[in-house]
Amino acid sequence: MPDVEPEPAPEEAAEEKKPKKAPPPEELFVIGASPHIRAHETTAGIMGWVIIAVMPLTIYGIYIGGWAAFVVVAMSIIGTVGTEAIVQRIRHMPITVFDLSAVVTGLLLGLTLPPRLPFWMPLIGGIVAMLLGKHVFGGLGHNIFNPALVGRAVLFVSWAKYMTTSYLVHPQAAVVNTATIKAIDTITKATPLTALSQVRKHELAISGTKYLKPLFFGNPWGQIGEVSALLILVGLVILLIRGLVDWRIPVVYVGTVMVLSWILGMNPIFAMLSGGLLFGACFMATDYVTNPMTAWGKVVFALGCGIVTTIIRFYSSLPEGVMFAILLMNGLTPLIDRYLRPRPYGHKRHEKKTEKEANGKAPEAEAGAAA
Amino acid sequence: MKIFPGPAEESVVIPLEQSVGATCEPIVEVGERVLRGQKIGDSSEYVSAPIHSSVSGEVEAILKYPHPKGSGSRAIKVKSDKQDTPFEGLIAMDDPLTLSPEEIRARVREAGIVGLGGGAFPTHVKLNPPADEPVSTVILNGSECEPHLSGDYRLMIEKPLDIIKGGLIIQKAVGAEKLMVGVEHNRDDAIDALREAGKPWDIQVVPLPCRYPTGAEKTLIKTITGKEVPCGGLPLDVGMMVNNVGTAAQIHESLSTGMPMVDRVLTVDGDGVAGRANLRVKLGTRVRDVIEYCGGFVGERGKVIIGGPMMGLAQYTIDVPVIKSTTGIIVLRGETYFKNEPPHFTCIRCGRCVRRCPMNLIPYLMGAYSDAGMWEQLEPLKIEDCTECGSCAYICPTKNSLVQLIKVGKGGLAHRKSRMESLASANGAPGPEEDTEDEEDTEEEQANA
Repeated sequence: MPDVEPEPAPEEAAEEKKPKKAPPPEELFVIGASPHIRAHETTAGIMGWVIIAVMPLTIYGIYIGGWAAFVVVAMSIIGTVGTEAIVQRIRHMPITVFDLSAVVTGLLLGLTLPPRLPFWMPLIGGIVAMLLGKHVFGGLGHNIFNPALVGRAVLFVSWAKYMTTSYLVHPQAAVVNTATIKAIDTITKATPLTALSQVRKHELAISGTKYLKPLFFGNPWGQIGEVSALLILVGLVILLIRGLVDWRIPVVYVGTVMVLSWILGMNPIFAMLSGGLLFGACFMATDYVTNPMTAWGKVVFALGCGIVTTIIRFYSSLPEGVMFAILLMNGLTPLIDRYLRPRPYGHKRHEKKTEKEANGKAPEAEAGAAA
Repeated sequence: MKIFPGPAEESVVIPLEQSVGATCEPIVEVGERVLRGQKIGDSSEYVSAPIHSSVSGEVEAILKYPHPKGSGSRAIKVKSDKQDTPFEGLIAMDDPLTLSPEEIRARVREAGIVGLGGGAFPTHVKLNPPADEPVSTVILNGSECEPHLSGDYRLMIEKPLDIIKGGLIIQKAVGAEKLMVGVEHNRDDAIDALREAGKPWDIQVVPLPCRYPTGAEKTLIKTITGKEVPCGGLPLDVGMMVNNVGTAAQIHESLSTGMPMVDRVLTVDGDGVAGRANLRVKLGTRVRDVIEYCGGFVGERGKVIIGGPMMGLAQYTIDVPVIKSTTGIIVLRGETYFKNEPPHFTCIRCGRCVRRCPMNLIPYLMGAYSDAGMWEQLEPLKIEDCTECGSCAYICPTKNSLVQLIKVGKGGLAHRKSRMESLASANGAPGPEEDTEDEEDTEEEQANA
């Protein structure tokens, strides 16, 4: 067998050298790791669809709340986008405001605020949301808590008076919404929940039903983004059709609150429609970054949100529990992700534990031997 | 796209490394006259498949030549006389099913047949399952799930009987009770053709979901039987054996005509090539010649991929020859192939990769740990189980190169393990913490570079 390579003839020598000698540039092709094709979906595309999903609600909210509501939403978006750009500039990072994630944060923050706030308040909210909610953790994808809710929480505890009493019905809204107004006995100064928390429990179920229709189709009180449950659901349907959110979170979250409220004696439909529950469950709890990755993790997360929301609503002095419930469960997300991992193909459930034990014990044994 | 004969060139370059296992040694000399189907390379190792000349002509050289795997490999260059005179020592037979299992294995080995789905595992080894792990079902894999590839699909339409008979030969060789064929459900004509051909033997053709990666062996077994192949195990552990339909057709053809594996069906596709076709190409034909045969390049120069666009290897040169595992040649224009990868690992935790992973792994976490050089974290995530199918990177909205990061992570973890072992054996205990951390840093730098 000729093991030795033959003396190359001139032409072969040329051929043999080809891979070693750098061929002329037009002869070289691009290499790279597979896969060589990618799906078209991008972060900006996803964020764009979230904005589209929230748009009907935003437009109606501004229509009801008037210029004041527009200023609140606009200032909050200016706050988030401006802060992101400045922070990334200072940190010499690529400026990513065009991925629209800061716009989404600002928009969602604005929608959770009452329409008649002084203009500087949503601005501060936006700045805080970006700084303390997002960029102290390292930017998009690294934050533990939902940035919009962080901004709102800071405003809520800092200026509680503004945040809970700025719900005064706008005069224009009253004209537009005469049908709604008729359904309400008095012009409320706070969300129906605040008002209702002052009446006795057995009256809750009765008086609550009165508000159902306006709560669903459109009502002039509450936060900008709470004007209509119908439009919130429209947004959710858009997100679900585009496959952008997991149905488990809104369904389990709202379902848990409804069941628990029913057990505690409140009309479950009223529990669903009032306060920020639907908005929070559809747009806040479904934030990619701050909820678990796996299907069962999402169920646990939503269940936790539902339980905490109900507890705050019924047993605390706060009128609404959605914000703190979601923030609390955001904090638990890494833990949920750690313990509810999918079972890899070809592995058994209990195998994980035994391996962990083995891993835990082995170094100790070795160290002991060394000592 | 009908299967057409491929180009007939002046010479072919047949690499000595074409299958999993030992590389062949040449058994011909420069200047020797060889015929089509004549064995020109072989190895004494069990896990190896011999190679044969795909043309008749003269051995021109034995040289180092670019290989589709990326590195160079020794190859035999045969100058063709364009006669394609077959080797006279080939034995044809009417009914290969009368052979005994041993004879089948011996003839499959001599024919140099390997898994044609891209794995290139020597088939005679596969047809010899250990006695304690009997095969109950042979599955023929007709699910060519990579986009662009359609060679197997055409084969199922044009040669269903060859596939079925090849399947029966495999079934006999391993003593399986059942033979099934899995085909994606949108390929109705292929399913009909196989059902028609398999009628006399009552062979079950199973329609499969069209969802990448249905054709991956482990995914296929789970889809058809609901069973999972244990981690690190083989399909044999659950009594299954999966063979590509192309392999089955090749077995039947080689055993009935006696002609060893000297050519294969491959798909030429992509927007960067003028003509798209399924071709029966002689092994050793250069990719350059195949592309020219199909009309040459169009558009801005981009990527030339051997295999499918999801798992195939991008080639730096088009002088690489077609080998037994070449399922397709995909040419993507400069404008279309993906190139906008983010400079850093960024993840918005959307969870798409976790939902898509056919092995139920957590790609984003593996990518993040790999990017940070935290190799030890990769082991509990079962990174070794990743089949690199590319689903996670394909779907990622932030366009992270997850597969690349996972490949780097696998290497990093293996390196760390061997280092820890050598440290443990040298000192009797794991080395000091700082030492390993330094090591990680340098590794990370290397990985980034």
